[in-house]
Amino acid sequence: MISVIALFIKSTISQGIPLLFGSTGEIVTEKSGNLNLGIPGIMYVGGISGIVGAYLYEHSTSAPSAFLLILIPLLSCLIGSALMALIYAFLTATLRANQNVTGLALTTFGVGVGNFFGGSLLSFFNEKGSISTLETAKCFKAYLPFADKLGVFGDTFLSFGFLTYLAIVIAVIASWYLNHTRPGLNLRAVGENPATADAAGINVIRHKYVSTILGGMIAGLGGLYFVMDYTGGSWTNDGFGDRGWLAIAIVIFALWKPISAIWSSFIFGGLYTIAIQMPGLSSSSKELIWMLPYVVTIAVLVATSLRKKRENQPPASLGLSYFREDR
Amino acid sequence: MGQVAIELKNITKCFGPVVANKGINLTVKKGEILSLLGENGSGKTTLMNMISGIYFPDEGHIFIDGKEVTITSPKDAFQYNIGMIHQHFKLVDVFTAAENIVLGLQEKEKFNMKKVAARVAEISEKYGFEIDPNKKIYEMSVSEKQTVEIVKVLYRGANILILDEPTAVLTPQETQKLFAILRRMRDDGKAVIIITHKLHEVLAISDRVSVLRKGECVGTVDTKDSSESSLTEMMVGKKISLNIERGDAPKEPIDRLVVGSLDCYNREGIKVLKDVCFTARAGEILGIAGIAGSGQRELLEAIAGLQPVRRGKILYNNPVNGAQENLRDKTPLQIRELGVRLSFVPEDRLGMGLVGDMDIVDNMMLRSYKKGNSLFLEHKEPRDLAERIIDELEVVTPDANTPVRRLSGGNVQKVLVGREIAAAPTVLMAAYPVRGLDINSSYVIYNLLNQQKQEGVAVIFVGEDLDVLLELSDRILVISSGKVTGLVDARSTTKEEIGLLMTKGSSMPERGAEHD
Repeated sequence: MISVIALFIKSTISQGIPLLFGSTGEIVTEKSGNLNLGIPGIMYVGGISGIVGAYLYEHSTSAPSAFLLILIPLLSCLIGSALMALIYAFLTATLRANQNVTGLALTTFGVGVGNFFGGSLLSFFNEKGSISTLETAKCFKAYLPFADKLGVFGDTFLSFGFLTYLAIVIAVIASWYLNHTRPGLNLRAVGENPATADAAGINVIRHKYVSTILGGMIAGLGGLYFVMDYTGGSWTNDGFGDRGWLAIAIVIFALWKPISAIWSSFIFGGLYTIAIQMPGLSSSSKELIWMLPYVVTIAVLVATSLRKKRENQPPASLGLSYFREDR
Repeated sequence: MGQVAIELKNITKCFGPVVANKGINLTVKKGEILSLLGENGSGKTTLMNMISGIYFPDEGHIFIDGKEVTITSPKDAFQYNIGMIHQHFKLVDVFTAAENIVLGLQEKEKFNMKKVAARVAEISEKYGFEIDPNKKIYEMSVSEKQTVEIVKVLYRGANILILDEPTAVLTPQETQKLFAILRRMRDDGKAVIIITHKLHEVLAISDRVSVLRKGECVGTVDTKDSSESSLTEMMVGKKISLNIERGDAPKEPIDRLVVGSLDCYNREGIKVLKDVCFTARAGEILGIAGIAGSGQRELLEAIAGLQPVRRGKILYNNPVNGAQENLRDKTPLQIRELGVRLSFVPEDRLGMGLVGDMDIVDNMMLRSYKKGNSLFLEHKEPRDLAERIIDELEVVTPDANTPVRRLSGGNVQKVLVGREIAAAPTVLMAAYPVRGLDINSSYVIYNLLNQQKQEGVAVIFVGEDLDVLLELSDRILVISSGKVTGLVDARSTTKEEIGLLMTKGSSMPERGAEHD
């Protein structure tokens, strides 16, 4: 029995981590008033950039170093997702395009980019089959050597690669940054009331850029985690599925709080696990369980709208572009 | 009284062809309260915005502590220790008072909300504020929010404080508290400038008064040597003849609209109309005079059915069947169909009445789309109307299909007023119809209103310029802080009389109650 529970927890954690990266990234973005619906696309691009970087490195050398096996995919993932977020920031903050349209377009684009390179990369090298970067994945999945010696506990909680813990650390740091630092206060002011922030001498546009790009990079790591750790260094087209949208749902579920995003991600991850791994489930009940996170999110939305507690509302200028002369 | 804190020399500011400030000289000393007095549009706020870095003067020099300075942004103003408290508060609702106070500051020391709160408490104690640093803005009353704004500028070390109509939103008791705080600041050696047009407050709080009129400074006097009437005279100036052709008043006037004991509350729950009574007669122009924001907008909107009425009646004598109807029971659409038309020109012009992205024809259609039974819209009639308005009112536009947004302000107003008049109303309400228009366009509008009056329409004209009100109206209703303070005959009254009524008893509701 214990082993079943342990297995469930393990699976829940690995399902929850990409969601946590995505939702933390989206929260950081939304706090600046940018509703970046391009996050699902950015996560695809983060994943494909990481795996392409890994593939190119693995195939360029016969004796890859573990350090570069980590660094190169990490950097290419961050650069790829930052570029995606930069497109979004430029369109919405500088050109003041509609945020929803831009975000949706970016998601469509990002999924396409991921599938295109994922499906055709090998043909550039005249190879067949699908991308696999086993050496890199091994490095990403490496865990502390003493975890094995700690029995069930070690196996359940300590047997993950570094990205798993990084996700939690980033969420905690994001929470601390937003709530307990001066720049965090300024950033929240930009998302709540940009005109006031502007009058207080805060550079609104710069804040929107920085937090959108930073948020995009965090979310992109979710894609990297998925291809390296979760699937073990291989790419399947559309394999990432709708996890990006689930991450956005978590932002609402967690009421824009990165700390709440941690446990929310694991709840959602748990539901995912049940749907996939519960033995004897018919396909229709699987679909129903898959639906649960969204149903819960809608319930949370209804509940918070009814309670009207101001702290639980989205940033007041979320989705609006800022233009000084509009005042 | 100490040395000069800030000195303005020969400040001029133009917005396009409009001169907002012309050659203004002003000095404020340390440890004094200076009132800046003037009618709407006399350039008070523009002048102060130049000190606080929102506008940049076209000409002139600003000296602070005897040194010439250039202020190009609110940040610069902070650096010279200038703090302005705007009429519209700039606060983040979900933040606490303390968080709003430190927003955007770049202090070297570690970010510690407890220290900030302590510092806020220290400032509050010094000047007598009552403020809870940990209270959220959205839980605060208007006066508390204002306090946060004042503490915010003090926290940033302001020595020169500018308050733009700080009492407009306060109750008399809160005003008294604010004044006590301002006096304490003065005694602490700060220079305080307060913009207001309430004469009794000027007399109560300030050491000196500078009066602006039409963008020019007409003089600075010591408060102790002045009185309400001397200040009013400076403020309104001598009467200027405009030669507007006013038709005769109707011999046997018919009451068209009877408004009785009207009470209205705005969205913030503040009472904006208090026991308003008046009658608008057919074939007459009833002018409404008052300082901006005295309830003019709410009054007109209440009649048009756009503003909920708490108490009172709005009776309409229908000329078609002679019946008397209460407009309070009717929807805006029903009211419009009775022939009551509102053309309101708000500050942003396009905010109400016209859709900026639609062309002139479509904007005409906004009033007629319900006509006819066909599934399809009737285009010909609105097009004819648009062409007629363009022709008769000399609207400058490439054609009738140009989006209204592309027209200049004056032309937008002509379209708006023209459309409402074309509906052959029985009551025509026009609020600030000539705001921002050049002389010629203004006369076109005056003539239109006079023409309507001759045709037996009851015209209600809310104006800003007293000279115009005096020459255009038959009777003038004066309101102050949502109360009627007088109803005068435009042919026999004087500018001074109206000026006094406009500023009478503004923040003292008790006095108004005694009149009843």
